Amino acid sequence: MNHKIEVKNLYKIFGHQPERGIKMIEEGRSKDDIMLETKLGVGVANASFYVKEGEILVVMGLSGSGKSTLVRCINRLIDPTAGQVIVDGTDVVTLDEEGLRKFRQKHFGMVFQNFALFPHRTVVQNAEYGLEIQGMDPEERKEKAMQSLEQVGLKGWEDSYPSQLSGGMQQRVGLARALALDADIMLMDEAFSALDPLIRRDMQDELLSLQDKVQKTIVFISHDLDEALKLGDRIVLMKDGFIVQEGTAEEILTAPANDYVAKFVEEVDMSKVLTAESVMIKPVAQAHSETDGPRAALRKMEHAGISSIFVRKEKKLFGIVTATDAAEAAERGERSLEKIMIQNFHRVSPDTSANDLFPLLAETSFPLAVVDENDRLKGVIIKGSLLAKLSEKRLKEKELI
Amino acid sequence: MADFRIPIGDSIEATIDFFVDNFAFITKAFAEVTENGIEILVSVMTFSHPIVLILLITALAYYLTKSYGLGVFTLLGLLLIWNMGLWDPTVSTLALVLISTLFAIIIGVPLGILASISTISYRIIMPILDFMQTMPAFVYLIPAIPFFGLGPVAAIFSTVIFSMPPAIRLTCLGIKQVPSELVEAADAFGSSKAQKLFKLQLPIATPTIMAGINQTIMLALSMVVIAAMIGAKGLGGEVWKAIQRLQPGRGFEAGIGIVIVAIILDRIMQRVGGKSKPAV
Repeated sequence: MNHKIEVKNLYKIFGHQPERGIKMIEEGRSKDDIMLETKLGVGVANASFYVKEGEILVVMGLSGSGKSTLVRCINRLIDPTAGQVIVDGTDVVTLDEEGLRKFRQKHFGMVFQNFALFPHRTVVQNAEYGLEIQGMDPEERKEKAMQSLEQVGLKGWEDSYPSQLSGGMQQRVGLARALALDADIMLMDEAFSALDPLIRRDMQDELLSLQDKVQKTIVFISHDLDEALKLGDRIVLMKDGFIVQEGTAEEILTAPANDYVAKFVEEVDMSKVLTAESVMIKPVAQAHSETDGPRAALRKMEHAGISSIFVRKEKKLFGIVTATDAAEAAERGERSLEKIMIQNFHRVSPDTSANDLFPLLAETSFPLAVVDENDRLKGVIIKGSLLAKLSEKRLKEKELI
Repeated sequence: MADFRIPIGDSIEATIDFFVDNFAFITKAFAEVTENGIEILVSVMTFSHPIVLILLITALAYYLTKSYGLGVFTLLGLLLIWNMGLWDPTVSTLALVLISTLFAIIIGVPLGILASISTISYRIIMPILDFMQTMPAFVYLIPAIPFFGLGPVAAIFSTVIFSMPPAIRLTCLGIKQVPSELVEAADAFGSSKAQKLFKLQLPIATPTIMAGINQTIMLALSMVVIAAMIGAKGLGGEVWKAIQRLQPGRGFEAGIGIVIVAIILDRIMQRVGGKSKPAV
């Protein structure tokens, strides 16, 4: 996959003679330090990252971490102090005013935290704004705007004014306005943060299913770990203008790059109070060492769609067998599972905290076996299910509050 | 100390004299044209029987505001003015106000837009406005005479200067008050400056701009009355005559006429401004 957006050594320093700030950052000074000494505000400090075509990149950080500044540097609503923003091989930073205008029209759709709908225009007039300023003729742009309103489920509301809609519906208009453009990149600045939790979850689901259809390159700003885990193909974590970690949700959860990331993950992480028992799933299939041979085990794995299977012996957990090994053993004509049995997997007790499960999951390619004191298999934990359970539980708890 | 006097007055006078000597032929020509214009406007307005114009204005007031109350008030008020024998001066006052306001808007709104988008022009225009607004209105009458001669055009000139500041100020304010995220959104979709101005900033600023125009009209009305001193006719002229002849009754009648005109204009403008308010 191509790198649709490539940001290289991007700086945004607010204040007089911002170049002084760059030098101080290069010397390793902190944001507060620079503020005290020079009154310069560090927005973004030496940020480099890329966004692949068709992926959702979530930029996450607490307020004041520079994430909104960063996304505004990409379409130059804020002019960066130094650095490059390369989109499809064009350095956006070097464009002149007219060139930038055309570039924005072609490439960038943007969705704002507080919707930023035009109050004097109807829903459909809002949705067609981007096309209108490109000079598209009225019939054609209305048709396109109606299509994108239909995509976000607002058919029938086109002649209402934004003030007549609920928050969630207003943001759908915001989304439709960005979609109607046919731009290949969507910049979403805390797009769902102003919505209440239930609506937010709906909108997240909807964005994901929309994304399946339209395949845009999306840069999504959020301060919410759940949202990042749910939406992000990859996550960039920011603090005080610096990018502190970049990676998939699992990489960030399982291998925090530094204390800040760890704390961020921990602070917003319910995994401390969750135990293995509450996040495990029922094993979809098990093999019995007394009765099953490689062929039967393979068949069970194929049937359940898994690549390894736990083996029981006299009701106790005995070992694990992979599909590859089972297939080879079957070729060789072996009858028993004993020879290909692997013992090198993790057993955890039902009350192990979910926090301790992440490192275990990170170092093994097998599922974790949850066993009781009699070594009986109670359930299994796989990476995907752990993350899914976590975010599901956290959302439920939020709704209760 | 008393020997030396900074020659502020002298230098202003010298400047004005210079302009009068060199440019008065232009302004005098302009005065002639405008004066003819005013005469035509007044004669059109008084061409038919007063009752026709009264009904027309009443209908217009009702059409613009959709308010029965204002319609009735307009009808009765104008009939009273007619009854007091003040119809002709009222028409010429209205004509002066309309023309001055038109000039004030044509000059003021673009200046307001300019001040809102350029910091430099903001810094130049605002102190001048402060100066214009605090200077006693009478002072504008003096230089108007050598440029335009006694009469309605000199009155219009000083009225435009006196009434323009609110139009500039509130246009500028209205545009600056457009929420920055809306401006950001317009930018993000690649709007040009003109598109941003006409599709976003001006529509959203309209209620504020209309409030400014309302103030401009009210100031124009008060100035047109004062300008009677330099030969503008109209209701102000009636008041001026009453002062000179010590006729308090006649003076009050003309004063009531001015109040009626002011209320009608103010109410109409308020409704028009309120109606164009976007649904927020």
